[in-house]
Amino acid sequence: MAHIAVPEGVPGIRSLVMFRPETGQHLYALAQVLLRGDSPLSEAERELIATHVSARNNCKFCRDSHAAAARELFGESRYIVDCVINDVPTRLISPKLNALLNIAAKVQVNGKEVTEEDIAEARHFGAVDRDIHDTVLIAATFSLFNRYVDGLDSLTPNDPEAYAEMGVRLSKNGYVTAQKQKE
Amino acid sequence: MAYISLPEGLPGIRGPMAFRPETAKHLNELAEVLLRSENSLSRGERELIATYVSYLNDCFFCQNAHGGLAQHYLQCDMAYIDLVKVDFQSTDLSPKIKALLPIAASVQKGGKHVTPEQIEYARHVGATDLEIHDTVLIAAAFCMFNRYVDGLGTWAPQDRNIYVERAKWRADEGYVNFDLYK
Repeated sequence: MAHIAVPEGVPGIRSLVMFRPETGQHLYALAQVLLRGDSPLSEAERELIATHVSARNNCKFCRDSHAAAARELFGESRYIVDCVINDVPTRLISPKLNALLNIAAKVQVNGKEVTEEDIAEARHFGAVDRDIHDTVLIAATFSLFNRYVDGLDSLTPNDPEAYAEMGVRLSKNGYVTAQKQKE
Repeated sequence: MAYISLPEGLPGIRGPMAFRPETAKHLNELAEVLLRSENSLSRGERELIATYVSYLNDCFFCQNAHGGLAQHYLQCDMAYIDLVKVDFQSTDLSPKIKALLPIAASVQKGGKHVTPEQIEYARHVGATDLEIHDTVLIAAAFCMFNRYVDGLGTWAPQDRNIYVERAKWRADEGYVNFDLYK
């Protein structure tokens, strides 16, 4: 049972967005621009950053749903997702992406944890301003989503199949609210 | 110097917002609904929650920009806002907001830190589901805003009077339809 009276049987952030669509519409619109809009980072890479931060915040709903989306988007190299979640080094992750994941992990702790050295490292491996900006804002945004989902104790499914379905939906449709899906 | 090339002369979040208007639009619209739209929590109370979380995250720009707005709406001064940050229980704030601030503080640490007892107590002193929801989302949103501002190494004016002065404009203009460069 969530801390407040959200619609029953609806998992995670969707239940919260149905409870308060006035704020929900902007959260979904933000996710859509950040994770699906124009960016030098691929959609798969951006979902991986979201997964990384959610895993570090110990938010199962966000971690597993975005991991599922990342697996769909990575296709054959989906193994990369489990490496990131479990902190296992892999050559599948480019040095640039590795440096950006490090910045995201710093942001997860606090914005002030990011150092000039972290930024210099990312630039050394080819990151440009937009890569750094998007990484920081994705990490910051999941610091919001994770707290929103767990802070209200929303429904977190245990069935891996439920997340696999979400992954397919998120990779195909992106971030549209349940109301928009009905329309 | 910020970590990326932001338009010059814009303090705090205004630099990143000018750098990437596509995301700024939704960030501002979220702030407008959360902090300014019709609500049983007053604008002052909501800005106070934002200020308190920004203080806990040690974000100078956000705690002063929103602290300035909180003192404007609550018709107090920055000394009162500073007292709320360190010891809100000793202030004359309502029992309801005194029950919501600890929930915000738990969210700042991590969503799982919110306890059923905190929720139960907030209800006992009159908080509604919507007020609890908005408290959690304001706290979570400032965990984002604070990280965006500090994670990109933006600069902030050190003179706190500047924030008090600007609060009057921001209170009038709101978070959407304002000129980032002004």
